[in-house]
Amino acid sequence: MTSFNAMYTLVGNATLQTLAMVFSATFFSLLLGFPLGILLCISDPSTGISPKPIVFKVLTRIVNVLRSFPFIILMILIFPLSRIIIGTSIGTSASVIPLSIAAAPFVARIIETALKEVDPGLVQAARAIGSTKLQIIFKVLIPEALPSLVAGVTLTIINIIGYSAMAGAIGGGGLGDLAIRYGYQRFRTDIMIASVLVILILVEIIQFFGTRISNNLMKKR
Amino acid sequence: MDIRLQKLKKYYPSQNTMIKAVDDISIDIPSNTIYGIIGKSGAGKSSLIRLISLLEKPDAGLVFYNDEEVSSLCEKELVLKRREVGMIFQNFNLFNSRNAFGNVAYPLEINGKSKAFIEKRVKELLDLVGLSGREDAPMSTLSGGQKQRVAIARALANNPGILFCDEATSALDPQTTKSILGLLRDIQKKIGLTIVMITHQMEVVRDVCEWVAVLDEGQVVEKGLVKDIFARPKENITREFLSHMHYTEAEIKEQSEKTLLWSKDEAAFILRFIGEKTGEPILSKISKKTNVDFNIRGASVAHLLDEEVGTLYVDMLGSEVEISEAIQLLKTEGVQIENTKGEIL
Repeated sequence: MTSFNAMYTLVGNATLQTLAMVFSATFFSLLLGFPLGILLCISDPSTGISPKPIVFKVLTRIVNVLRSFPFIILMILIFPLSRIIIGTSIGTSASVIPLSIAAAPFVARIIETALKEVDPGLVQAARAIGSTKLQIIFKVLIPEALPSLVAGVTLTIINIIGYSAMAGAIGGGGLGDLAIRYGYQRFRTDIMIASVLVILILVEIIQFFGTRISNNLMKKR
Repeated sequence: MDIRLQKLKKYYPSQNTMIKAVDDISIDIPSNTIYGIIGKSGAGKSSLIRLISLLEKPDAGLVFYNDEEVSSLCEKELVLKRREVGMIFQNFNLFNSRNAFGNVAYPLEINGKSKAFIEKRVKELLDLVGLSGREDAPMSTLSGGQKQRVAIARALANNPGILFCDEATSALDPQTTKSILGLLRDIQKKIGLTIVMITHQMEVVRDVCEWVAVLDEGQVVEKGLVKDIFARPKENITREFLSHMHYTEAEIKEQSEKTLLWSKDEAAFILRFIGEKTGEPILSKISKKTNVDFNIRGASVAHLLDEEVGTLYVDMLGSEVEISEAIQLLKTEGVQIENTKGEIL
């Protein structure tokens, strides 16, 4: 019984840590990635909204380079940054920074793709009506792409859950950390299974709500 | 607003050559009229309308709205200038994220109008296009014709002086096309608008336009009043457009009723015949035999897969006996005869 209670506390705490990590990392990665995605979309000469071929090429390169790094390596590279911003490179809050930075280029691509799916005819109509570039972005592109954007954010959260488990490997805490330290290194299969189950449930819940919101948005059209 | 195009040019690079999409086009579009610009796909119509509607800058040449040179305005001024014109499209280009109200409200919103004003104006516009009470309709629930009506309402929201129609009826069926064209003509008269219509259908020019310019390979080959161009087409391409024009049976009937009646109503008939009979001079043969004169008010030949079917709207002039003899002879020739009440004789 005590062993069950101990496990309950361990897994419960780890779940809270994971949730904190995932949601703050999602928030910051969106903060970084969303504007970048918009910039990628509008600067691309093929969309014709605000063609800036050089800006587009440079941003594309940066995004591709960041996305090519294996996450674990990127994390180690960004340690110094965590130390500067938060004062430490170990712990739940310290791992939010590499998580956010690693997920940002992914978010940028997701946002870019979703916005580019908007019918170019609508952009043309918005231009013909006399929309400014900002109006095209905020009153046409984003509302039109909203169902895809929601699906993209859902994908991002689930991806960050996966990344956060890896963050555990370098002392970030959370369910991944628990699974490695207890489940793997101390042969506690029960804790391993419990951690994986909780992650599975989290993914299911987020996917369920993400799909539902996206579908509801589509239904209103 | 009147529009003046002066030596407009727009070239696009393609592989090793330049495509001359718009090649030295000058047109004067008078105020308060419907001006058609007709051309085949690739003739440069779409490029031209993008230049006139200030969506793109010409490589050379000038565009004037009411004697104001607008083609070299800076981007900021262009955005404001575009709010003085409206545009509708082949694919409607309505915002799916907005309902009918939201779509019509959009141009007012970006123009910074108050909520109360928008509320009132959108209602007015939806009334104008015949969609009263459909404010809440999502775009997916509207038919093509209704979508184009919403698009027209949206285009007119800011009281534009010009309405550009880019193949606005090309995605619609013939009846809906008629109703949309009728609506445009009514609105043009009601609010005194200059409408520029890009199309590849001569029927559209015939039904609503006062002026027309014929475009081919980026150049204007012929332009003038529609009635002059229809009566005396000079260029081959114009004649080709005219020859490909479709008259529906209803249109021919309508026109035959409009033309002067030389005979009494009971002497008007509809003749239908099949196949090889379309090639025979039946009428003149019967005319000689029976002394009945035929006055053709309208005619059409439908080319079916392996046969031709002809329809004639005729008056028969002669005595009652002569006419009934002629009807008998037509019947033996295999022609179906109907009177104007639609009864088969």
